[in-house]
Amino acid sequence: MSSTSASPRARVVLDDRDISRALTRITHEILERNRDSRGLVILGIPTRGVHLASRIAARMSEVEGRTIAHGALDITMYRDDLRMKPARALEHTSIPEDIDGKTVVLIDDVLFSGRTIRAALDALSDIGRPRAVQLAVLVDRGHRELPIRADFVGKNLPTSLSEKVRVRLSESDEADQVTIEGGEAA
Amino acid sequence: MRHLLSAGDLSRDEAIQILDTAEELLNVASRPIKKLPTLRGRTVVNLFYEDSTRTRISFEAAAKRLSADVINFSAKGSSVSKGESLKDTALTLQAMGADAVVIRHHLSGAPHRLASSGWMHGAIVNAGDGTHEHPTQALLDAFTMRRHLGDLTDRRITIVGDVLHSRVARSNALLLSTLGAEVTLVAPPTLLPVGVEKWPVHTTYDLDSALHKADAVMMLRVQAERMQNAYFPSAREYSRRYGLDARRMGMLPDHAIVMHPGPMNRGMEISAEVADSVRSVIVEQVTNGVAVRMAVLYLLLSGSNESDPIPESLV
Repeated sequence: MSSTSASPRARVVLDDRDISRALTRITHEILERNRDSRGLVILGIPTRGVHLASRIAARMSEVEGRTIAHGALDITMYRDDLRMKPARALEHTSIPEDIDGKTVVLIDDVLFSGRTIRAALDALSDIGRPRAVQLAVLVDRGHRELPIRADFVGKNLPTSLSEKVRVRLSESDEADQVTIEGGEAA
Repeated sequence: MRHLLSAGDLSRDEAIQILDTAEELLNVASRPIKKLPTLRGRTVVNLFYEDSTRTRISFEAAAKRLSADVINFSAKGSSVSKGESLKDTALTLQAMGADAVVIRHHLSGAPHRLASSGWMHGAIVNAGDGTHEHPTQALLDAFTMRRHLGDLTDRRITIVGDVLHSRVARSNALLLSTLGAEVTLVAPPTLLPVGVEKWPVHTTYDLDSALHKADAVMMLRVQAERMQNAYFPSAREYSRRYGLDARRMGMLPDHAIVMHPGPMNRGMEISAEVADSVRSVIVEQVTNGVAVRMAVLYLLLSGSNESDPIPESLV
């Protein structure tokens, strides 16, 4: 949910250390909830969800002492707003292993309306039939438009609709940072 | 991009976008459910005035994999054989709510007429018009080359045969030069079109000289149905001078691929041995064709096409 230029009124809500701690905690929560890393498939939603998925998979590999595969799930073709905007470029989908009977953990940066996750669930069901699907997000900013919730949340950020939550990650941006921009008079 | 009428209309960025999109869509073919919901509720009409098997079923498969509704309209056995004009057919399709029309026509320029006439408001995709253009074939050829050769900048592509009647050759020459490749056309003088010196290509009459540096060689079909005159003395002589056989294939660099848009005349422009060899990517071209056409339909149809409402007079 990142967008255009940083405004002077941007407020940093998570810095690089906060993000790192949140991801470590999420990693442990995922392992705790699922008892075992076997049967887990970590899938990030492009673009920043994929970066987060690879970080979480790396931490998990460290804890479990074996390599945990992770992949990417592009949801562009499943969006419900395709007809409202110009055609978008597709992102890469890579599914590391067969997801049938596995527990898929979807990773995204910001949970907002829930429409992205709705699209991701549709995309998953075309690829296979997981035993369960869980959702981990770095930031939950509220304002859901669908009955969807996250299983693992880095930080709950109450926001107003006029505010913009921006997640920057060093893989694609200059640094690790979550900011809130705009607000009051938008 | 509103229509796809000519490979020459595509900028390098647009062409790359189509090829990149097709790359992702190629994976759909290997999934258990080979379908995406993207074009649900959209109608794609295949309007074919000329015989075609692979192009029509390729577009049909592409549209269906994107969940569009497909209406196949072939001139044979339709009101066209009763004398209906292109305009009246177009008005009918418009009234039925066609979001895209994939048109193949024996007359060059028919897709352009359809797109510029205002008879209908859907996107027009040229699936081959006369001896003019066949842009999706060029896109799938470029896509196939890119998968084998990587970036096409400065790659040498040799296109051999009936360039005069070939819409495939023209579209390929335009698209490949946009993508930075170096194109050489090889044909007998009688089968090179007038004005070819203005195309962004090299030409030669000697096939052997154009093989040793080629990264890909594309054999064109000898189009007997378009040849009312004698363009070459005999099939045997054509085959000896311009056919690709095992000896000539041996002159190609090791990494070079052999292509053919199909349908092939085995023993004429290409020997059976070459067509079935490991360097031939002819079957792969067909598979890639579906992904490329999905990409084209997706990019033309998925976005908001703030197309003006249909004038009352046309409904």
